Order: sequence, then C-alpha cells, then structure tokens
Amino acid sequence: MIVAEAKPIADIVAMIDRYDKIILAGCKACVAVCAAGGEKEVGILASAITLARKRDGRAIEIREVTLERQCDPEYVEQIRGFAGDYQAILSIACGVGVQYMAEHYKAIPALPGLNTSFMGGSLEQGVWSERCQGCGTCILHLTGGICPVTRCSKSLFNGPCGGSSGGKCEVDKEIECGWQLIIDRLKALGEFESRFAEIFPLKDWSTSRDGGQRKIVREDLKQ
Amino acid sequence: MRLDYPPNVKIVRVPCTGKVDLLHILKAFEEGVDGVYVAGCLEGECHFLRGNLRAKKRVMHVKRILTALGINPERLQMYNLSAAMGGRFAEIAQEMTEKVRALGPSPIKTGKGREFVEGQGEEKGQ
Repeated sequence: MIVAEAKPIADIVAMIDRYDKIILAGCKACVAVCAAGGEKEVGILASAITLARKRDGRAIEIREVTLERQCDPEYVEQIRGFAGDYQAILSIACGVGVQYMAEHYKAIPALPGLNTSFMGGSLEQGVWSERCQGCGTCILHLTGGICPVTRCSKSLFNGPCGGSSGGKCEVDKEIECGWQLIIDRLKALGEFESRFAEIFPLKDWSTSRDGGQRKIVREDLKQ
Repeated sequence: MRLDYPPNVKIVRVPCTGKVDLLHILKAFEEGVDGVYVAGCLEGECHFLRGNLRAKKRVMHVKRILTALGINPERLQMYNLSAAMGGRFAEIAQEMTEKVRALGPSPIKTGKGREFVEGQGEEKGQ
C-alpha cells in the first residue's frame, strides 16, 4: 500500500487559514489501511480543525467526505455536485489523490493533509515499513525476494558495501543491511553459490524516476 | 455510601474505557466542555485485558492534539480506579473540577485564542 502520515495539525490549520468553507476528503484505499486518511481520520481532523477555529472565535464549515478511491476519475467526480460551493478541498489521500482533486476541480485549490511517505506494508498494528521504490524493473527473483533498491540504503546492486557491520548498515545502526538480508536468504534457499557470483550489470534507471513521469497504457483494456 | 460529587460532572457511560474513541473526547471539547476525564479500571485489572491501556494511549494522543492546538492538555486526564472505589470516584470528581476551574473556561468556548504554548507549559497572555 501507499503509506502516508498526517501533517502536523498546526501546519494544516495554517494552510486553510484563509478559507471558511472547505471539503475534507478522505480515501478508503491505502491511506485508510495505514490509518492516515480514512473515514475515521477525516472525522478526527475535522474535529481538530473545528477546535482550532473555535479557539480563535472563527467559524468554519467542513463537509466531510470519504471517497472509495481518490485515484480514479469516477470516484473523484462524486463530489462534483457540491464542490463548487466550497472554497478549498483538503485531501487526506496520498499525493495522487490530492493531484486528482486539483486536476478535476480547477476552480478551487486542493491542499494536502498528509505527507505521502512510501510504498510498504505493516509490520504490526501501528508500524509500517518501506518495501518498494517502484523502480520499474523488478529483480526480486534474483535477490531472494528482498529488494536491494529499497533495503540497501545506497540501493547497491552488487553489495554489500564496506559499511555493513554485524548485519547493520552504516547509515544507521537500527537499519538492517539489505545485502546481508539478501545473502542470508539466498543461503537459506540454497541459491547463494549460483546467484551471488553473478555481477549485476548497470541498472537502466530510465524505468524509474530518472525517465520522467511514467505512464502505462494497456491497449487490451483501453477504450 | 451516598457520596456527594460536583454536579458539573456529566457522566458518559461506556462498557469499557477501551470503547472510548478519540472522537468522543474531541467532540466533547468541540461542544465546549472545560475538561474531560476518562475513568478506567485499575491497570492490569481490565476485564477485557487491554481496554484501559488502549484508552490511556488514546488519551495521550488527544493530549498531543490539544497541545498542538494551544489548548492546555491538563484539561484532559485519565484516572484508574476500581468499581468498588466509590470514595475515590467522588474524590477524583472533586479534584478534576478544581483543576479545571483553576484553568478557567475553555478557549474553545471563549474564542480567545491559544492558552498554552508547547514547551513553555505556561498560559500565554495571562
């Protein structure tokens, strides 16, 4: 899922200071699962904003909505009927959702209530960890199912580097060395000898962010 | 026992403090109450094992929200006592009422701006 966390409430209150009538839009997809932008968080943020405004003796009207997803036009369009009645849309979806709001409702500003952090999963309730950087060319079949782009702090393809010590990374002793994890896993799979001797060629980063904004077109699905 | 406690304390009954949600507390402040306290069972004695510990975390979270909003987090408290401690219940009601009275009316009600600045721990502009 896309993992995000709430911006500091003071920053959000400052961001919407000039508006008195806003839509607060949550998303029922990834950010709901990581407890940052679902229906529940919409309610809590709306209440916190209301408290901040009442504290200053200023009223604010907040329309709370939580869309199925904010990354699909058909769901974003669901607020079309009343969006024009409001001065701004505060979206607590990921960055994609905020941008979709901005693209669909051009007359009013779309504001981000979250900091979109990474693609990852949950380790336990309340703890999330990064797993993928969307480089566009997956090599997990070669690295024991552990991503060197994400798990190695330097995204090395022929690790480990000299900064690996006792299974930890020199960047931070709390961070596990991605390449140590890969080696341990390959050994457990009995693939160490065959895989580790291979030198990875230079990675083509054009499928990653270096190639500019990415787009996928599926002709079989496209209308 | 027929103990007296301040009549300004309004009781909202929940089956367990584990049922208390962030929104329940925030909405109470939104309504303009001057203070809220959550009265849970003694730690380690929750019938549902972790209900009061969950409540404790939620109370701490709302305290952080209040602090960020410039509202004195002392307006929100959590107490732990057993159902057999009637005397303590009345005592807490008295204690909390005095604490909140000393803090004065909630800025949510008065609209007079921040009463608390994080780190300084003192009321501003008083």
